[in-house]
Amino acid sequence: MKFVYSQQDFAMGTRSLLWDITKKYFTVGLIGLTVSDRYASIVSVRGSSMSPAFNPRSDTNDYVLVEKFCLDKYRFSHGDVVVFSSPSNHKEKHIKRIIGLPGDWIGTPNMDDVLKVPEGHFWVEGDNSVSSLDSRSFGPIPLGLIRGRVTHVVWPPQRMGRVERETNQRPLSSLQDRPEFY
Amino acid sequence: MNLFGNAVPWRSIAREALDRTAIVAKFLCLLHVTNTYVCTPTLVYGPSMLPTLNLTGDVLLAERVSHRLGKVGPGDVVLVRSPVDPRKSLTKRVVAMGGDEVTFVVDPRNSERVRTIVVPRGHVWIQGDNIYASSDSRQFGPVPYGLIEGKMLCRVWPLDGFGSLNH
Repeated sequence: MKFVYSQQDFAMGTRSLLWDITKKYFTVGLIGLTVSDRYASIVSVRGSSMSPAFNPRSDTNDYVLVEKFCLDKYRFSHGDVVVFSSPSNHKEKHIKRIIGLPGDWIGTPNMDDVLKVPEGHFWVEGDNSVSSLDSRSFGPIPLGLIRGRVTHVVWPPQRMGRVERETNQRPLSSLQDRPEFY
Repeated sequence: MNLFGNAVPWRSIAREALDRTAIVAKFLCLLHVTNTYVCTPTLVYGPSMLPTLNLTGDVLLAERVSHRLGKVGPGDVVLVRSPVDPRKSLTKRVVAMGGDEVTFVVDPRNSERVRTIVVPRGHVWIQGDNIYASSDSRQFGPVPYGLIEGKMLCRVWPLDGFGSLNH
C-alpha cells in the first residue's frame, strides 16, 4: 500500500507537533514554577556581605538552595540565613542572617541604646559586618518580607554542604519561652 | 477466580492511577500559578473597611499582576501581609506612597489630634476606610511595598454587591 501525504497533511502534522511541544513546555514551566515557589529553589549569591559563609573570594558566585517550607508557619531561629525582599526596593532581594526575633533586645557597639524588635519583625545582619547593608541601617523588618531560608550551598563543589546556624553572643536577651526549631 | 492471576489487570490499573494522579498534579500546579501570578479570590471580613466592604464577609477578586509592575497607587484597595503577624493578610486602602506626606487622625475615638509623617521610600501608608475600627499604618507605621500581595479588583460575593468596589 502506498500512502500519499498531501501538503495539507504535512502542515497539519507540523502544527500538531508544535502544539505538543508547546504544551509540554507549558506543563514543565508550570510544575517548575510551583516547585520553586512552594518547595525549594536555587539562587545565586552576589556580593560579599555574607563572607566567609558565601562568596569568600570575590571571583565566583555561590549558588545556594533556598527552601520555602518555612513560609507556612513563619517559624525561624536565631542564626538562620534567609532571603528577603528589600524594604526600600521591593524588586531587590537580600540574603542575610537572622540575629533577632520578635521580642529580642538588640544592641550594637556603636549605638548607645538598645532596641526591642517589634512583634512580627526581625533583625538581620550580614556575617561580614564591614560591607553589609542590613538592619543596622534600615532597622527591624517585617517577617512577611522573607521569601525563603537558605539550607545548603550547592555550588562550587568544594564548598557544597549545609549552611550552619551560627549564633554569637547577640542579641542581648531573647524571650525564654520561644521554641527553637531544628 | 484467583486474584493474582491474569483476572485483574494490575499493571494497567497502576498505569491509569499514575496518569490520573499526574493530571491532578498538573491541575494543582496550574491552580497555584493562577492564584499566585494572575488573580485569586479572597474572603475578607471585619469592620475596618466599612462601608466599602461588609462586616460579615465579602469574596473579592484580587489581581496579582499590578503590584509586581509597581502599578499600585493611592486609592487602591490592596491585599497586604500583616507586619504584625506574617501568617495573616489584611485588606486596606493605600493612602500614600513613598516620598509623600500623609496627615492622619491618630485616634479618632478619643481625640482630634492629627499627625503628619513623610512615608519612607519603598513603603506605603495603608488605612482602613473605617478609621474608628481599623488597625493600620496609624498603629504599625508605614509598611514596605514588598508586603503588598495583590490589588482588589471587584467583589464576587454577595451577588447583590457584585462589581467594582467604588460605591
